Amino acid sequence: MPETPQDLKYSKEHEWVRMEDGDIAVIGITDFAQDMLGDIVFLQLPEEGSVIAQMAKIGEIESVKSVSDLFTPVSGEVTARNTAAIDAPEVVNSAPYGDGWLLRIRMSHPAELEQLLTAEEYEAHTAAQG
Amino acid sequence: MTGELRRTALHDKHVAGRGRMVPFAGWEMPVQYTGIVEEALAVRERAGMFDVSHMGRLFVSGADAGRLLRRALSYNVLALSPGQGHYTMLCNEDGGILDDPYCFRLGPARWMLIPNAATNEQDIAHLRDLTAPGWDARLDDRHESTVMLAVQGPRALEFMGDITGTEVLAGLERRQITEALLGGHKATISRTGYTGEDGVEVVAAFDAGRELWDRLLAAGVTPSGLGARDALRLEAALALYGQDITAGTNPYEAGLGWTVSLDDGEDFVGRAALAVLKANVTRRLACLVAEERGGVFRPGQPLRREGEAVGVLTSGGHSPVLGASIGMGYVPRALAAPGTALAVEVRGRPVRAVTVKRPFVRGAA
Repeated sequence: MPETPQDLKYSKEHEWVRMEDGDIAVIGITDFAQDMLGDIVFLQLPEEGSVIAQMAKIGEIESVKSVSDLFTPVSGEVTARNTAAIDAPEVVNSAPYGDGWLLRIRMSHPAELEQLLTAEEYEAHTAAQG
Repeated sequence: MTGELRRTALHDKHVAGRGRMVPFAGWEMPVQYTGIVEEALAVRERAGMFDVSHMGRLFVSGADAGRLLRRALSYNVLALSPGQGHYTMLCNEDGGILDDPYCFRLGPARWMLIPNAATNEQDIAHLRDLTAPGWDARLDDRHESTVMLAVQGPRALEFMGDITGTEVLAGLERRQITEALLGGHKATISRTGYTGEDGVEVVAAFDAGRELWDRLLAAGVTPSGLGARDALRLEAALALYGQDITAGTNPYEAGLGWTVSLDDGEDFVGRAALAVLKANVTRRLACLVAEERGGVFRPGQPLRREGEAVGVLTSGGHSPVLGASIGMGYVPRALAAPGTALAVEVRGRPVRAVTVKRPFVRGAA
């Protein structure tokens, strides 16, 4: 069974969001998503300083098998991207909620968090996807 | 593709082993178990096993069996001694490739052909058409009454020998085949494969094949899926029928001239055209390695030289060993020389690549 930590928020597109101090959000993809994708070998992420809007396509995540668009669950400015994961994308498979994080975002609309799913809701969503 | 997917005799074992089952050439096959990269590396470093029961197993026997096969195939299989095999092309009159079956000579008048899953029926019909009235050549399609397993990797023979007894494999050289009793039934074991590694391919009765799978699994051989098989054959720069070679390509431009015998005095389908094509090779199947990160190379992506379109990838993927994108595609002959700078267009973005000598990864085979 894929892990779904209780303290995170989730999108239906299989991203997670963790709140840090201030209005900083850390995002990544879920354990369910990395398992479905298989061996991840390429990440294309927005540059630091980019301003991104909720649910816009912000990059690509590619596995040996397939390529998927990456969406952001929250709007804001990218304050950091995980360069270690860009250089060694397999970390997204091995630690999707830890060292495999993707972006840090200074949120412009923190109220967007209310629209995201709880761990329970996300599990129900993935169960429906089989 | 209509109708139900066919299942191999090992289907329940794949499901029990958490294989991710996908449709492939009309069959339901495992694409991976634990992960494509992990499985591919297990084959490179140790040993893996593949259910390749979707492939054809066509036994051809009779006094005219050899003559029939020589008429159909590019390679002079009549020169094979019993116990030997060779890679060969099945061409049309224009020298285009209809299939690339491996051909084994089992005895003086007994042969086994290994067609691709998608071309098996077509190959059988083709061979029937080529059988002259009165010829003694019987075709026995055993791909639904046997299983076929590939055991591949530097330690594959060691694991197999532990099960069959080492005497069965003793003296079995590359491309050779032997018949042995496996689980009380006659099986074939050939020292061949599609990974670039040493190993064997086994054709056995259902029960014997199922027992072999279990025993290899218990011994620690890694079950590997079609995803790893594709990654390994691409690293070995082995052509995939339907992608790298098709009716629209010929053996010479594909770098497979060594599978064509023009000098044995025997006629075969496509011989006249192939003699002309041999002297007029204008493009070559080139091997490319990415020189920067930019996404995985995939079939169909355009190839460019200084911005100008020069070809299309026929195969592409991530190399588990090199940790980089690799691919193959036809380009004008001059550009196929190793060291040529090209670009692969990945979703609209050019990714720098360089042509290299085949194979990408040299295994033990």
